[in-house]
Amino acid sequence: MDYKKDFKFLNKGIIYFDNGATTLKPNKVIEKMDEYYYEYPSNAHRGDYDISIKASEEFENVRDLVQQFINAKTDEEIVFTSGATESINMAIYGYFMNNLKSGDEVLITKSEHASVIIPWFDLENRLGIKVKYIDLNDDYTFSIDNFKKMINSNTKVISIAEITNVIGDKRDIKEITKIAHENGIKVLVDASQSIGHIKVDVTDTDVDFLAFSAHKMLGPTGVGVLYGKKELMDEINYKHGGGTSVSFESPSEIVYKDLPFKLESGTQNIAGVIGLGEAIKYLNEIGMDYIDSYTNDLKKYLVSKLKDNHNIIMYNPDVEGSILIFNVKDVFAQDTAIYLNNNGICVRAGDHCDKKLHDEIDVKNTVRVSLYFYNTKEEIDKLVTVLNNSNILEESLGI
Amino acid sequence: MNEELKRELIIENYNNPVNKGLTNDKEYITISKSNPSCIDHFTIELKLNNDIVEDIRFDGEACAISTSALSISISKLIGKSKEEALDIIDNYNKMILNEEYDSSKLEELEIYKDISKQPARVKCATIGINGIKDILEKN
Repeated sequence: MDYKKDFKFLNKGIIYFDNGATTLKPNKVIEKMDEYYYEYPSNAHRGDYDISIKASEEFENVRDLVQQFINAKTDEEIVFTSGATESINMAIYGYFMNNLKSGDEVLITKSEHASVIIPWFDLENRLGIKVKYIDLNDDYTFSIDNFKKMINSNTKVISIAEITNVIGDKRDIKEITKIAHENGIKVLVDASQSIGHIKVDVTDTDVDFLAFSAHKMLGPTGVGVLYGKKELMDEINYKHGGGTSVSFESPSEIVYKDLPFKLESGTQNIAGVIGLGEAIKYLNEIGMDYIDSYTNDLKKYLVSKLKDNHNIIMYNPDVEGSILIFNVKDVFAQDTAIYLNNNGICVRAGDHCDKKLHDEIDVKNTVRVSLYFYNTKEEIDKLVTVLNNSNILEESLGI
Repeated sequence: MNEELKRELIIENYNNPVNKGLTNDKEYITISKSNPSCIDHFTIELKLNNDIVEDIRFDGEACAISTSALSISISKLIGKSKEEALDIIDNYNKMILNEEYDSSKLEELEIYKDISKQPARVKCATIGINGIKDILEKN
């Protein structure tokens, strides 16, 4: 299908393969945010006048849309944040820091994003908990068997991505959560890469906390969501003193409001949240199952085409998903990315905020192609043609 | 210098940079430089002898422009006084930013003149030499 009419950016002649970093935004999302700023640009939850009531309704409607989109039981379980990083930090510092003690163990893997690894390392320093890595399979994917082997009476949390941002493998969160709960282990899921690619269902999987960003699912930057089971969210102590979240007369009389407002101090990113709502509507129209199968097929097509190029080293060709990481022989990843940029193709080079995965893969930096439903086989053909060049390093110099 | 020779010089200094590998000698002043917008990372060692740059060494992982520019900078700056070295670095930075500079001070480093036209490469061309600058200014 041609999405050029829905995405103004797709008419610029630039091939965008960095969807793992952020997705493009449909015209409808941008127009809806414009509409807020032009037509009812007031604060939410504040005024007694029509346009403020309209802003509040539009804002709260998105909470309902998010609740339905991830199949949460109530809208109190949906808290808006600045992004997945803040969501993960809110769960770790707001809930787990108060519920873990020295000697408790948290399981992660070496393919988790820095925004997961860093707060856990910090808690290890603060509380004396132990952060342990579940060994990955030989193809760097998640191993349920290795997870089971790591469980002991001290294991209290498993904190992993549903889809990883470098290897792109999809974890069976339902099965992992079942095993975790049988052993009294809480589950925190980073859904940043999965939320725009597969159907995320927190009731079916029974996860305890789930975090994601709007901008990786067609929405604007600066907005994210923390989902948590209500009884756990009630316990979160992650308060920024300010309006919306409290009522008070004196220091001894501060009363925090109920969920979700107690965790949403100050004026929220109203336009951003409203934009997220429009992104969800658009994704619902396209269909998550379609997006999943289309991008999987597109990756298979890319791999089949690149296999003929013996200068390309692919690190995760057989992993089902929408991400391929590779290098061109004897060319530094960043030089390849700049060469591709010179040819109108946007890719990411580096460690992709995954500072530990290079312990597993023998190379620190790679080029990442991350695909989405608006990418096409024609774009892949252009990439394959451009990479079929023995002078990539020389041509990357731009001199 | 024609474009082909410029590219050859860059590739040669990328594949075989001068003074790669650290001494870990305490007589050297050490600095680490990373590029926040990309993946270049260098550790640079510099030895001063009565205000003369006696030696510079480096290690790290970086792109062709970063690595070659540091390699050529090292060749150019060893043996210079601190003042002369800082003057060369100042002129180099002016050239990269497309400002007026003294061409006679730079010689081979002028191969990076057109980097100013590539925003993605400007930081690559300056990360190493500005690490040297930081050491010289602070010592």
